[in-house]
Amino acid sequence: MKLGFSKEDEDFRSECASWLNDQMSGEFSDIKGITTLTEKAERRKEWEQQLAAHKWSCIGWPEEWGGRGASLAQQVIFAEEYARAGVPGRVNHIGIELAGPTILTFGTDEQKKRFLPDIAAGKTIFCQGFSEPGAGSDLAAVRTKGHVENGEWVVNGQKIWTSLAHISDWIFVVTRTEEGTQGPKGLSFLMMPIDQEGIEIRGIEQINGDAEFNETFFTDAKCAEDSLIGAPGDGWKIAMGLLAFERGVSTLGQQMAFRNELDEIIAAAKSNGSSNDPLIRQRIAKAEIGLRLMRYGALRMLSNQDHSKVDGAALTYKIQWATWRRGLGELGMDVLGQGGEIAEGGEYAWNTLPNLFLYSRADTIYGGTNQIQRNLIAERGLGMPREPRGK
Amino acid sequence: MDFAFTDEQAMIAETAQQFFAENATSSRTREAMAADGFDRATWQSFCQELGLGGLLVPEEFGGSALGMVDFATVAEAAGSQVAAIPLHGLAMIGSAIAAGGSDEQKSKWLPQLASGDVVASGGGNADLKSDNGGLSGKIEFVPHGNIANLFILSDGSEAWIVEADADGLSVDTPVTMDQTRPQATLTLSNVKADPLADGAAALNIGKAAGWICLAAEALGGAQACLDRTCEYAKEREQFGRAIGSFQAYKHRLADMMIEIEQARSAVYWAACAIDEGSDEAELALHAAKSFCADTFFKCAGDMIQLHGGIGFTWEHDAHLFFKRARSIQTMMQSGNWHREEIATMILGEAA
Ligand SMILES: Cc1cc2nc3c(=O)[nH]c(=O)nc-3n(C[C@H](O)[C@H](O)[C@H](O)COP(=O)(O)OP(=O)(O)OC[C@H]3O[C@@H](n4cnc5c(N)ncnc54)[C@H](O)[C@@H]3O)c2cc1C
Repeated sequence: MKLGFSKEDEDFRSECASWLNDQMSGEFSDIKGITTLTEKAERRKEWEQQLAAHKWSCIGWPEEWGGRGASLAQQVIFAEEYARAGVPGRVNHIGIELAGPTILTFGTDEQKKRFLPDIAAGKTIFCQGFSEPGAGSDLAAVRTKGHVENGEWVVNGQKIWTSLAHISDWIFVVTRTEEGTQGPKGLSFLMMPIDQEGIEIRGIEQINGDAEFNETFFTDAKCAEDSLIGAPGDGWKIAMGLLAFERGVSTLGQQMAFRNELDEIIAAAKSNGSSNDPLIRQRIAKAEIGLRLMRYGALRMLSNQDHSKVDGAALTYKIQWATWRRGLGELGMDVLGQGGEIAEGGEYAWNTLPNLFLYSRADTIYGGTNQIQRNLIAERGLGMPREPRGK
Repeated sequence: MDFAFTDEQAMIAETAQQFFAENATSSRTREAMAADGFDRATWQSFCQELGLGGLLVPEEFGGSALGMVDFATVAEAAGSQVAAIPLHGLAMIGSAIAAGGSDEQKSKWLPQLASGDVVASGGGNADLKSDNGGLSGKIEFVPHGNIANLFILSDGSEAWIVEADADGLSVDTPVTMDQTRPQATLTLSNVKADPLADGAAALNIGKAAGWICLAAEALGGAQACLDRTCEYAKEREQFGRAIGSFQAYKHRLADMMIEIEQARSAVYWAACAIDEGSDEAELALHAAKSFCADTFFKCAGDMIQLHGGIGFTWEHDAHLFFKRARSIQTMMQSGNWHREEIATMILGEAA
């Protein structure tokens, strides 16, 4: 067991830090420090291309697909330095973290060639079309239908809560392709171009006033026959594989963003004197402990090579960070006091901490709600009986 | 960076788990509880047959000079059986003498600690008075002080070696809630004491080892509470189904696991930080001690609740865990104290 990094890795750290800092103080200084998903989306697409041009886009991918085949330690370091430099999150995070690894694992060579370099280069922004009005926690209740006609897939139905669909180029959808099937059987995983007649996107306003997610309607929407990942009927298996990628190295970058949020709370507490309140001091210490344990939990899960038993650190990671961050949102508001409830610019738009307070209510919902996480932990991690199902 | 056990560490952990499961059985622990809180047979095999008494002792003094990570795996295993052994004292005093003792002190005491021939413990009180090599004062809550032959006592800056049979030392053992680790009271009047060559170094590492020991014991204890409750949840039926199939019940089990996984990260983070001399070590120790103690207490409390009536009986082991958890929470400072230390690192002193 070893936590320290080697000399070579530390050199790598300086290399990424200096490149990232140069970018953020130079050509891309206008996007430094943005914390929302969609602000300045066009500039951030250019940033994706800049990363790719310098081979910093998907460093963990094999070299032939635009990566560097970087070691785990290097990926950890890059993720940390990326956030430390105040670089905004990747607008194509769904492409890089979900679609890309899914294609790498389940796609054909043709599909890899077609999608991976463009995902790495920020030319193909992806969004995720899983949830439907009738299929949320129970994802297998998907009703969107697909069939092949004249050598193309034709899709009809509706997705909902599709984050970033309005700025995306492609969407991957889980759709029912075998008539009469129910549950996880008969589903398929398709990649569809968004810019077409058959797809309509309508924004949905969120509790913080932003509209980062959407309703996505499919009316005879089309994609090429070879846009299917895996075989027809493999959709569930692939969707589950994809959800596992959500717990990859990118979580460490996410944690550095959390670090920045906690630091902002600490600075606010010091400046308004609430740092003298013993209860606030306890809560800040707890938040600090929680964040550190998240880091070491992630390192444990990433270092784990023993795949013979359930990895507890991985299984509990989602609910841990989501619950921690929701608590952080509340702590931020308690530090700010009543002033936190007043918007500064006269519009319904929020600074980092009030926005964190509102936005973090979603963390315990998307990607599997806290209740669903507990079911999974109890069933897969602890061997408890499965939930009874209705029809 | 590789935050997973090496093969050797995994082997030590497995050996220790097996050893404590076979030796520190419920009936052996209960015999100790009814007597002086010391399971001698287990301790003897631990030090001699298993040879783990010298885990933290340098090789030239009969130890194996392994690191805190290795030690933590052992303490975790001991904690999972609530073993009635003076492991905490061994960790603290062994590493304190190794770090702050003179050559003579080391060669006199360390081999005897490693072999288990000498049982050690320690404690402190700022009011301890030293006068011409004689110590006077009172020290409470000395774990396993009732059976220790050797103490390291401190006033917070200096540290002394005191032998249990020294003139002027009296040891009283009040009835302690956790009978697997009795807390003794030492009263000293002009007791012969041998100052450690480097008291500050001894206290520093001694404290660290003590905190790691408690945090790791708590981790093992919490995991055992969860494992045993899961067994019961699958066996016991009510309303025609296993109680573990009720969502309110299984979510509570999940919550235990979520805390335990963090506790595991905390223990091994802190242990690694000490072994590697990382500047995070102090923060990690405070985090580990406070987080693991709270986790253990939560899990032990839940263990009682999730067992129903049987969990409230003397016969069932749940209360052993519950009482050990409570005592780990208060030993070597409360969670609030540790968190305030962290708050001070981040925010400065409160005005
Ligand atoms: C900000 C945000 C972004 C999102 N982005 C995307 C996206 O890009 N793509 C996408 O496909 N989806 C996305 N989602 C959708 C998200 O994955 C779903 O909202 C989530 O899976 C929950 O489904 P639901 O909203 O239908 O709630 P429901 O499943 O109806 O749940 C309602 C309540 O019932 C509880 N519940 C349900 N089943 C159980 C059970 N078995 N046991 C106990 N309690 C239960 C839930 O925990 C919840 O509290 C996003 C959601 C949000 C909030």
